[in-house]
Amino acid sequence: MLRLFSLLVFCLMSWHVAADDHLATAGNEQQAETTLASLLKQLPNTKLNKMAPLIKKIAATSAPQVPAILETLQAGELYYLKANKQLVHAQRTQHKKYDLTDLLSNAPLPSVTSSAIKKVRTNNRIRRQIGDLLSNMELNAKDPAIRLEAVKQLLDSPNKVGIKSVTLLHDNEPQSKIRELMSVVLAVEQLKAGTEAEKLAAVSILTGRLEPAVKNALVKALDNSTALSDKSELTRALSHAIDKIEQQGDLYQIADHLFFGLSLGSVLLLSAIGLAITFGVMGVINMAHGEMMMLGAYTTYVIQQTFPTLIEYSLLMAIPAAFVVSGLVGIIIERGVIRFLKGRPLETLLATFGISLILQQLVRTIFSPLNRQVEAPQWMSGSLDINPIFSLTYNRLYIILFALMVFFSLLMILKKSSLGLHVRAVSQNRDMARALSIKSSWVDAITFGLGSGIAGIAGVALSQLTNVGPNLGQAYIIDSFLVVVFGGVGNLWGTLVAAMTLGTFNKFLEPSMGPVLANIIVLVGLILFIQKRPKGLFPQKGRAAE
Amino acid sequence: MNTLLNYPVLKKLSSLHWVIAILFASTLYVTVCNLFFAEGTLLHVSDYTVSLLGKYLCYALLALAVDLVWGYCGILSLGHGAFFALGGYAMGMYLMRQIGDRGVYGNPELPDFMVFLNWTELPWYWAGSNNVLFMIVMVFVGPGLLAYLFGSLAFRSRVSGVYLSIMTQAMTYALLLSFFRNEMGFGGNNGLTDFKEIFAYSLQSPDTKLALFVATAIALAAGYAVSHFIMNSKMGRVITAIRDAEDRVRFVGYQPAHFKVWIFVVSAMLAGLAGALYVPQVGIINPGEFSPLNSIEIVIWVAVGGRGTLYGALIGAVVVSYAKTRFTAIMPEAWLFALGGLFVLSTLLLPKGLAGLLDKLLNQISPRQTETTANAEKPAAVEVK
Repeated sequence: MLRLFSLLVFCLMSWHVAADDHLATAGNEQQAETTLASLLKQLPNTKLNKMAPLIKKIAATSAPQVPAILETLQAGELYYLKANKQLVHAQRTQHKKYDLTDLLSNAPLPSVTSSAIKKVRTNNRIRRQIGDLLSNMELNAKDPAIRLEAVKQLLDSPNKVGIKSVTLLHDNEPQSKIRELMSVVLAVEQLKAGTEAEKLAAVSILTGRLEPAVKNALVKALDNSTALSDKSELTRALSHAIDKIEQQGDLYQIADHLFFGLSLGSVLLLSAIGLAITFGVMGVINMAHGEMMMLGAYTTYVIQQTFPTLIEYSLLMAIPAAFVVSGLVGIIIERGVIRFLKGRPLETLLATFGISLILQQLVRTIFSPLNRQVEAPQWMSGSLDINPIFSLTYNRLYIILFALMVFFSLLMILKKSSLGLHVRAVSQNRDMARALSIKSSWVDAITFGLGSGIAGIAGVALSQLTNVGPNLGQAYIIDSFLVVVFGGVGNLWGTLVAAMTLGTFNKFLEPSMGPVLANIIVLVGLILFIQKRPKGLFPQKGRAAE
Repeated sequence: MNTLLNYPVLKKLSSLHWVIAILFASTLYVTVCNLFFAEGTLLHVSDYTVSLLGKYLCYALLALAVDLVWGYCGILSLGHGAFFALGGYAMGMYLMRQIGDRGVYGNPELPDFMVFLNWTELPWYWAGSNNVLFMIVMVFVGPGLLAYLFGSLAFRSRVSGVYLSIMTQAMTYALLLSFFRNEMGFGGNNGLTDFKEIFAYSLQSPDTKLALFVATAIALAAGYAVSHFIMNSKMGRVITAIRDAEDRVRFVGYQPAHFKVWIFVVSAMLAGLAGALYVPQVGIINPGEFSPLNSIEIVIWVAVGGRGTLYGALIGAVVVSYAKTRFTAIMPEAWLFALGGLFVLSTLLLPKGLAGLLDKLLNQISPRQTETTANAEKPAAVEVK
């Protein structure tokens, strides 16, 4: 009798599913909506224990409004007017007042007090049911991106309904990537409750998958199977799969450190590269270099304040502006102070340090001593996902690219342009260059301006990474000098190598000993290195070295 | 004035006698006026002024230390604040242990911050910090050892000029970062503070403050005398020669590295002493003392006062510190402008500092052989390296 009954139910259900399919494929939305409307009418009158089948029916209509309605119900914002039982989406504003919109048409209704409406009641079980139904609908969505997201979510938090529909959908899935992920979801399920052979097959599918859920499932399965037998095929396969995943995980961990290291290295490169010109090529110790970066960062801030509607382009506008601002200030410093201190590097150091103090105080007076907020444009946020455990954030990626761009354009200027030729000539032999009718004082000013301008550009990049405040420059000045000295003074390639090496070193040390200790160790290591090789990694050779 | 300076006895006096005489006179004056003139009378020197002057004298000793290496040996150290702070920490550790069980947590053995970090016993490097003699030794050994290690590494491999300056700056920066760490066992961010008494005398009492001021004056006089004798000895001549032409000194057969390390260590010890005297007078030592900015400020005292003359360093330290006290009280905004301007102007216009200006004035009053041991200005040809 019971069997007969269940057969009957099954027949009814399959008829129902077939009817749904028919509805959806025919695209007869009109009909779906009328069904939906009639089903919804029952909502206010249905008791809690009869709610589940009704909601199932509502979901089965596949009308376009269904996800929104179910979400409203799940959030507990579905109400009906006591007067005419009209269903509304109510949002509490304040003082027991509610803003209403019609559930189906979304048309706004006059707001009412709490006494005029009544909530459609739900409980935890129903809310969970709705959640499952919703994810199931996402699995069926037309947009592949939504489907992929739904499968990913299912992998992290599996539910029976979702897995059932994945079993059905798997073979018909057109996108290979989604199909693969679906088979992973199914394999994880098999691993939980399957026969030995099924489990083995599942393990072979799961081997090499990097999703954290997969690893957890494998480890759990291994724990369960070791309780049974020690050396079974399954145990070996499981531990092999886990080993492989861990190996790959380690590999990507290293790649991750490398990426972070390179991005830190790029920041160092950006901040040191202007110094590589003023210090490395001209031999001027510019302690105000950090403040040139600070000026660049504040230029970005000012541009964002002046054009608040163009945040997306503000960085692009700030780059030339910061170059000009910092470059001009650099030229003024060179003309006003540094040229009187030629050949006295220690005095130059002191004088430029004084300038840095003045610039800091100037910024403090103009912009207040507090940090200023520089907005990040939309395109800087987000990340490029390579796989589930390894992703490259866009802002770091852009910093690396930007630093390399600045580096190579500077290299081009120095090696290919006539200005670069003059700069190198003056730095190698000032008197001879003057004899060949190069205006050495003009070249000095322009070179210093170029170095300072590049520091300003670095400031634009830094404004995206750190707080923009009067002390921004101070934090980087010691590091930048160390990078230049480490790389070898007067050698741009050395600066590149030094910056990247230091950045990577720092990031590889960081996980095991924390950022501060890593910083200290790198500093001490650098001090010892310079003692051993005072001329840095790539010392200049020949007469120019003297 | 003219006749006074030409008086034979006075003409024979060297700067050493002058400095010690002035120090003695002013210390006597401050002591007498603080003790015997009632508050409110014209001649009274307040307790606040006494501790302020004590601070200035510590700075003067520190400036003297920097002048020894920079003015006489051409080593521009941008990390002397580290030696000062190390000396201060040695003193601070001793003072910390003197608190005993009067701390917030009442632990007789451990300082408050260690109790707070749930430490159960003193770290090994705090052993002996209870002992006065040990503390006094550590005030000199701590900075001296660091200077020896750093100096012998750097000077043997002939790191010099700007590179050395940047290295010293990196050194103090590394120490700054390390002392900020709680795990170091030096109180982390907050440093060592809440001291109660020194040698069983309360640090709050005006008499102790006066005694500390007098002790600082004596230490400064002693430090000055030591520096004076070093610089007027044969060794001082070699050191000055290293500053002016290191290569030639080497060719003559001296080992410049040895002399440099030696003067660097002496200078670091003086700085440590200054730090040790400074801490009980201000009542706190924290990692901020390691900050590179502090070290550069010392250098500017020497530059403003006039490097290459010992008394110049003293003048610079006291004048600039006094200006800082006044400026930060009247218009704090302007202090960094003023300090920055001082850097620029003193390097551009006063290469020999205030001492050079003083010499010029004295020479105008009575032309005589000035006894400056060397010219602060170096020949440009040698300097370019």
